[in-house]
Formats: sequence, structure tokens, C-alpha cells
Amino acid sequence: MAMASKAGRWNQRRLAPWLFLAPGLFMFGVYVLWPIVQSISLSFYDWDGLYNRDGEFTGRFVGMGNYAELMRDPAFETSLWNNLKWLVLYMLALPIGLFIAIFLNQTVTGIRLYKSLFFFPFVISQVVVGLMFSWFYAPNFGLFYLLTESIFGRGTAILADPELVTYGIIAAGLWPQIAYVMILYLTGLNNVAPDQIEAARLDGAKGWRMLWYVVLPQLRPATFIAVIVTVIGALRSFDLVSIMTNGGPFGSSRVLSYYMFEMALGEYGFRMGYGAAIAVVLFLIMMVFISGFIWKMWRDERER
Amino acid sequence: MVHKMTGALALGAALMLSTSAFAQDKRVVTWNADYDPIPLAAAEALIADFEAANPEIDIQLTNFDHEGYKNAIRNFLTANPPDLANWYAANRMRPFVEAGLFADISDVWADNGLMEALASSVPSSTIDGKQYAIPYTYYQWGIYYNRDAYAAAGVEAPGPEGVSWDQFLANCEKFAAAGIDCVTTGSSALWPVAGIFDYVSLRTNGYEFHSDLAAGKVSWTSPEARAVFENLGKLQPFVTRNHAAIDWQDAAALFVQGKAANYVMGNFAVGVFKEGGMTNDNLGFMVFPEITAGIARAEEAPTDTIHLTSGAKNPEDAKTFLAYMASAEAQSKWNAAVGQLPTNKNATVDPADPFLTAGFEALSTATGGIAQFWDRDADAEYAKAGMEGFQQFLVQPEQLEAILGRLEQTRLRIYPQ
Repeated sequence: MAMASKAGRWNQRRLAPWLFLAPGLFMFGVYVLWPIVQSISLSFYDWDGLYNRDGEFTGRFVGMGNYAELMRDPAFETSLWNNLKWLVLYMLALPIGLFIAIFLNQTVTGIRLYKSLFFFPFVISQVVVGLMFSWFYAPNFGLFYLLTESIFGRGTAILADPELVTYGIIAAGLWPQIAYVMILYLTGLNNVAPDQIEAARLDGAKGWRMLWYVVLPQLRPATFIAVIVTVIGALRSFDLVSIMTNGGPFGSSRVLSYYMFEMALGEYGFRMGYGAAIAVVLFLIMMVFISGFIWKMWRDERER
Repeated sequence: MVHKMTGALALGAALMLSTSAFAQDKRVVTWNADYDPIPLAAAEALIADFEAANPEIDIQLTNFDHEGYKNAIRNFLTANPPDLANWYAANRMRPFVEAGLFADISDVWADNGLMEALASSVPSSTIDGKQYAIPYTYYQWGIYYNRDAYAAAGVEAPGPEGVSWDQFLANCEKFAAAGIDCVTTGSSALWPVAGIFDYVSLRTNGYEFHSDLAAGKVSWTSPEARAVFENLGKLQPFVTRNHAAIDWQDAAALFVQGKAANYVMGNFAVGVFKEGGMTNDNLGFMVFPEITAGIARAEEAPTDTIHLTSGAKNPEDAKTFLAYMASAEAQSKWNAAVGQLPTNKNATVDPADPFLTAGFEALSTATGGIAQFWDRDADAEYAKAGMEGFQQFLVQPEQLEAILGRLEQTRLRIYPQ
């Protein structure tokens, strides 16, 4: 009897976690892992997305053909470069967000209102942000166009200029991203230990030195999250490109996520395999950052 | 019977419809379409006429949102095919024909004498010698001009026969001096630039060459293709600056306001021009000027079509309806309501509409041939690469060599020699 109940308890201890995990694992398997496997296998086919009358798959196996084509595709190269621009410039959201957070981290009447106003761009949809900025840049009547016209005598239509268009869209994307980073830092600043600030002040620390040596180290968790969300935000920058330019003019503002959509589901696309190959490349790039994130989390857990 | 719905709802609702229809003693023909309100009303009127003449048949039209339809058709043709589906002629229908999803309707053509009546649309409805489409409407492209802008720049407005190419370019100089854009377009969606390119190409080398170019048969670095870009280059300085950032409707606003004088567009834009306040008095139409003398004039007229699906449950009655849609009577009525041109040569056109009359005249005298439009004549992927090249050339003409090189590379990849 004693042995049996011991075995039962042992079983319980081994089984219970898996039972609790089962719904989550099931969902994760069906909605995350399986699509990944499908996309990867689809990327080895040339398929226009149609099944024939009998419901049979009409794709043709091409092996690494799609990837070989990607290597020679100038549009893919443009998209990669633009993704890099997004990654680098999106990082500006961190210092600017931190600056605004510090600026707003004070007790003045109505500060809650100011904070929510600064947070506002993150609350509205990216589509709305994209539309507002395309009107802002619009040739002939846009505020930005009229401004440059009054200064230089000749207006600059950012979204028509292949050199400037990506920067124009990144600026639009930064607006909500800064608000997001700001809110992360604001909550972080709440947790800064007042006694350490006090002690630093007694030791004569002020201004930059105070920020760099006392405040920032305590904000490390917030910084870490902010970097991760900014990297991911930069890599999945699809909506703004789609709303503001459709990847144009002549494809100069494409990013990988948009190019993938264009190839797989766009009006002139329906090259499912090629789109899947782009998705796989994007996935691998994201994996670099995500693995770093997971590795750091794992290390932190172990240190505890 | 007409039901309006959009997107995902439509599929489920269509299923419910087909069950409810069994209650009636009529033979049902289902038809999926993507009409805007005016064409939809015109289609409803045709259905009413058809059902009055054929009381035993019930046509059930399911209308989709226009943009959503492009994706929906790929699903419903395999998952739950209606009897009839709207689509487009030439290369746009090729994927569905090759996947065996559109049915061969050569018998409808043969039995109703359509080879004769729809003569101008035979090539665009035919793949490998068989007909897969009933073309029921098209519309002309050409140059729409604003007489007020011509007057403001002190340029004599052209007559219905148009002007010569040299005269057109000379006019452009005068417009430029007056601060008016000679030619406007809005190419953020790419396709409007293809209209300009197509016409310059058709006028420079003629229909055959243009059609071969769209089919990937000739090189972009050939002297003929270079000649097209040379002529396009003459027009380039006079095209609205920043066209790459605006929609065709934004360019229509410039045109209506008299900030631009000419607009290379399809006849569907007339409605937009008139909503903007233009009338038959200050809006004019002319065919694109002749460039190379002696080339038979070809025109652009994209054709809309109806197809019988391979999974049709009631193909016999569906074919009866297709024959009706091909008839002069039905086409006269539908096109009069929508303001487009019938493809049946025995159909009539509203004589009070100067643009339709001019278009009908231009198309019926186009001895060179009727092109469908770049993105319907060329394979989808090739079409997109081409349009990006045309847009880039109109923004950065100095990049010509790079553009031609890239287009040629794309051609060799898609059409291995």
C-alpha cells in the first residue's frame, strides 16, 4: 500500500506539470510551430496558391531554387538594407523615450494629463499614424511639403523620393515607438531606489554622472525590454510601409515583411513559395534577437 | 435575386442561399461578382430581364467587395465554386485556365455566332485556341484634356482628331512656361504609368512589337525598346513632379483644378472629373498622338469578362445566361447604365455621351489592334517589374541603363531563352 501511494504521488508530480502545460503546448504547436514547419516546407516549392479542380496541390518542387533566386534579387537586397536602416534608426526611440520619461517624471499639477498626451501616439492604430504622416508629407498640400517649399523655394515630397522615403516612414514609426519606450522608462523610474539617489547626491553626483552611474544601471530591466520591443517593432514594420507607400516609389521603401506580403499575397504576386522563402529569412533574422532574449532570461533565472 | 455582402460573410451566406433556393421550383445559377453600386444596379436590371424571359431559371448574384474579390476568387473557385464568376481577359485569366478552374466555353461562342459579333475580343478571350470568357464591356484609354487649362496657357485646344506628337510636345513647352503640368498622373499604385508607357510603345513600334514586349519575347535593350524610352524621355520633364507619391484621384484633382492640362487615363475617370465640377464643355478627349508615321493605330481597352467555372453545378443554364450577356441587347443596356463600351459590335452606344461616342469611334477604327493594358497583357510578375521600371524612368530618367538592365534580367529569368 505504502509503495503504491508513493508511486501514485510520483506519477502526480511528473504528470501534473504536463497536464497544466498541455493546453498551452497544444495552442503553441498548432498556431506557432506547425505554421513554421509549413512555411519552411512551402519555401522549397514554386506554387501560385491554387489547388486544381480535384483539390490537389499544384506546386512544383524546386529545392533551394527560391533561395538561389533571392540571392540575385535586387528587390530583396533593397529590402534587407531598408530593414537594417529600420533597425539602426529605430534605436533612437531609446534615448528620446528616456529623455521624455525623465522630463515627465516630476510632480506637477496635471502631470498625469501630460503623460497620457505623450503616450497618445502609441494608443492610436499604426494605420492612423501612417495616414497622418502621409498627409503631412503629401505633395502640394502637406504641412511638411509647404514648410520645405517656404524655406527652399521647392517643396520636398518625401514619399516620392527614393532616397528619402524610408527615412520618412521610419520617422512616422518612431513617433509611437518613442511613446512606448517612454512608458517603459516611466514605470522603471518609479522603481529607482530613492536612498541611492540620496546617497549619490551627498557624494556630489549631479546631471549626466548621476544619470549614467546611478539611474541608468537601475533601469537596466526597462532598457532590456525596450531594446527587445524596438528590435521586433523595427523588423515587423509592415503596416506603415503598406499604408504610406505600398513599398514605392519603384520598390525603394520595401522591407522584408512587406516584400513577403507582396510576393505571396499582393495583386501581382501569388508566388507562395518565394514569399515563404522570404518569410524564412526574416524568421532567421528575428531568431538571432529572440534567442539572445531567451538566453538572457534563462541566465537571469539561473542566477536567482 | 441579388444579395450584397462582403468578404468572409459571403461564403457562409452563399451556402445558406443555395439551401433556401431548393424550396423554389426554379433552376438556380449562382454568379459571383465584384461590382461597385452603379454596375451592380445595371447587373440587377439585366438579371430581371433575363428571368422574365426565362422564368424557370433563377440567377443568384453574390456581390463581393472589389479589393477582397481578388483573394476571394482564389478560394471559392476550389472550395465552393459558383456557376459563373467575374474576372478579366487575356493573361489575367491564364492561371485559372491553366489550373483547370475556368471551363472551356467555345461552344457558347460557336453556337451564338460570337466569333463574328465579338470579333474585337476574340484574341483576349482565347487561350490555346479555346474560348474561356464572355467579354461584355470595355472602356477606352486616351488623353483627357482640360480646355480651361489650354485657354489659361494660351494654347489652342485640340480637336477630336487630336494633335501631332511634335505639336503635343510644343504645347507642353508652353504649359511649362505657364506653370501648368502638361501631363499629369498619380503613380503611387503603379498602374497609371503603364498607360503612358503602353501608348508611347504602341505609337513608336506598333501593336505587334508591344504585344511581344509584354509577352517577354523581345529584349529591353533592343533598339526598338530604346526608342520607346527615348520618346518617353521627351515627355518625362512635363509629367507632374512627385507623381510617385500621389494616387490617380489626387492627380485628377490637379487636372480638374486646371493645374494640369492632359491626363492619360481610362474612360472610368470621366465620372471623377465630372464629380470634380468639369462638364462636357471644358473636358475634352483625344486619341494619343501618332509618333512613328504610318503605323496602324492601336488602342488600349481593358475588357471585363464573365467565366463559367469548372465546378459549376448548373452549366447548361449558366451557358444560356452567358449567351445572353454576350448579346447586343444586354450589352447595350448594361453599358449605357455604367457608361462603358459594349464589346458586341451590334450593340448601341448613347449618342449623347461625347466620351463614349469618341471612344467607340476610336476603338472601332483602331486597325492596329486592341491592347488590354500592360498588367493584363503581361504575366503578373513581369507586369509589376515593368511598371516599377516605367515609374523609375519617369522619376529618374538618368537611370535608364540600370532600369533596362534590370528589366532584361527579369525577362531572362521569367522567360528562359
